[in-house]
Amino acid sequence: MTWFLRNWDQVALALWEHVTISLTALTIAFALSLGIGILAARRERIYAAALAVAGFLYTIPTLAFLALLIPVVGLGRTNAIIAMVAFSLLILIRNVATGIRNVPADVVDAARGMGMSAAQILARVELPLALPVIVAGLRIAAVTVISVTVVAAYVNAGGLGTLIFNGIASDHPPKIWAGALAACALAVSVDLALATLERRLRRTRV
Amino acid sequence: MISIRGLTKRFDGAAAVDALSLEIGAGEICVLIGPSGCGKTTTMRMINRMIDADAGSIVVGGRDVTRSDPVELRRSIGYVIQQVGLFPHLTIAENVATVPQLLRWDAPRVARRVDELLALVHMAPDVYRDRYPRELSGGQKQRVGVARALAADPPVMLMDEPFGAIDPITRASLQDEFLRILRELDKTIVFVTHDIDEAIRMGTRIAIMRAGKLVQYDTPQAILAHPADPFVEAFVGGDRALKRLSLLPVDAFRANAPPPANAPRIARTANLRDALSLMLSAETDCAAVVAADGTVAGSLTLATIREALVVRA
Amino acid sequence: MLADAWHYIATHPQQFATALGVHIAMSASALALAAAIAIPMGLVAARRAGVALAAINAANIGRTLPSLAVLALAMPILGTGFAPSLVALTLIALPPILTNTIAGLIGVEPDIVDAARGMGMTARQILRRVELPLATPVIFAGLRTAAVQVVSGAVLAAFIGGGGLGDFITAGIAMMATPLLLVGAIPVTLLSLGTDFLFGTLERRLTPRGLA
Repeated sequence: MTWFLRNWDQVALALWEHVTISLTALTIAFALSLGIGILAARRERIYAAALAVAGFLYTIPTLAFLALLIPVVGLGRTNAIIAMVAFSLLILIRNVATGIRNVPADVVDAARGMGMSAAQILARVELPLALPVIVAGLRIAAVTVISVTVVAAYVNAGGLGTLIFNGIASDHPPKIWAGALAACALAVSVDLALATLERRLRRTRV
Repeated sequence: MISIRGLTKRFDGAAAVDALSLEIGAGEICVLIGPSGCGKTTTMRMINRMIDADAGSIVVGGRDVTRSDPVELRRSIGYVIQQVGLFPHLTIAENVATVPQLLRWDAPRVARRVDELLALVHMAPDVYRDRYPRELSGGQKQRVGVARALAADPPVMLMDEPFGAIDPITRASLQDEFLRILRELDKTIVFVTHDIDEAIRMGTRIAIMRAGKLVQYDTPQAILAHPADPFVEAFVGGDRALKRLSLLPVDAFRANAPPPANAPRIARTANLRDALSLMLSAETDCAAVVAADGTVAGSLTLATIREALVVRA
Repeated sequence: MLADAWHYIATHPQQFATALGVHIAMSASALALAAAIAIPMGLVAARRAGVALAAINAANIGRTLPSLAVLALAMPILGTGFAPSLVALTLIALPPILTNTIAGLIGVEPDIVDAARGMGMTARQILRRVELPLATPVIFAGLRTAAVQVVSGAVLAAFIGGGGLGDFITAGIAMMATPLLLVGAIPVTLLSLGTDFLFGTLERRLTPRGLA
């Protein structure tokens, strides 16, 4: 505990790195999945293919995936971010596509009947109504990404994992506690925040 | 067969069933009917101890149900519910075989019984034995439900709005079939419904309930002819005279006198209400009563129909 | 590089076999232990709505915890090696199994249970003959998720001395030796995919025919 109080700046820095990496990866993944997800919602085959590929990627163990990327992109943040994007794509594509598909057909029909263009329907009807499901996916993706970032410290990506690895290497429990507990706290609070958002969105849409 | 005395059940202080007393004879179909919340389903569920009473007694076939082990009691009483509750992971045969298996009948006996029952409810055993519930229509599912309840040949059966979830056309044919089956077997039935027409059709005696109390308990004809109070009168509906006519068969009121030429024809198996309807639309006051093969068996006049109501009163 | 990796395995068969064995043993044990704890717990929790909700909430929080953090936390408390890794992995596997057991049981339609009870089945008979068979697909989906997570997490056990295929990966990164890294990464990926496939097949096989 005392170590933490004396070195909280170290923890804060690690936390900051962690958040930055996670957020970057999540944003990229989200942007990609939005595009692919919208496409997948329209076309059965793309949906199936996207799910298959992403599902395959999701099953690969985190450290193995990071390791396999090393010969290709070396160590560092890029490596970590590629891995995280790959992992989150499954959940995000699936949720974007499912969310859009679950929008009641009669609502879309009414919108078209009123003279909205396809783009307008997407922007004003489908996406807003699909939002709860999309946020649900974001929630799982965010937690996944935070988890991967912890491991990614091992390939020099930075983040709270560095504290853990340093702590293990130097047999310094306070560092391990600090890193591990901070990572857990981050994951839980992000999950809770997005869960609340999801709940609020569902309430106004159902 | 079933003796209910002073039966009471309270939920949150309010009496759902209030000192109910009722005697059901062997072989009778007792219909419990009333508006929502009158306690009819609660009463039925106390008979097989799905709910335990707060006061009063229920004696089935000489046995006090509160003294019996609930599980054993239920294995000796058939139980049919509105949503049927067929086990989706079991075949039709396995579903029907449930209680016999719980009673540890030997396999050949169970198999014979399953086929017997499927045939009884008009579902060809060879076709349906190995099918699964999801492959059946609503009406078929409920037939299997009835077969399943009859499997161990229980003397008493409880039925909670069994045909309620089925479309009206199928429902009528299921009601007829069930009555036919009952004529072949010897069962005492407690039947809950909210549909007065179903009650009139199915019941030997009807128990009209309201707010947990018994308001009138009598044969359908008696209730229609002499409703006990304005509530019952309203409940059975303003067309109770017509309903009474629907219970009277044409054949019982047929006169041997030959009908006039061009008289409209009514089957001898029809009821007086159908005859009345026919005569009104044909604008005559006499109809020809015919047998199934088309031969004229007699005649029926409007005056007879009118008298039928008066005589019964 | 692949050839080098293969060569390494060929020249160090014992080392590889041990690591693979440890990995599988640790994963299988953690899964079995987690199932032995979570399934009965789920059966009990599903009976009462308040308990079920609390259990699911707790499990959800458990699921969000980064695996490495859980493993790392085991070290100051339990030390390093196989046993602490096993404990951590069991904890990681608990939430999905618990959640799915509860969800599976709650998902059985009340009318079906009512009919079973009304026909005279005892509570145990209802559980064994009706509720469990109907909940099996969902429970198995939970086992499948947990299995993949455990195989994946067991890679990280290398960091707290648990052994397993993760050792090759960490060694490979530390020594900048790609072939060594691949000796760990590729087999464990195959193992993970294989586990997912295996449980998927089991899930399909064990789903009662009437439910498919």
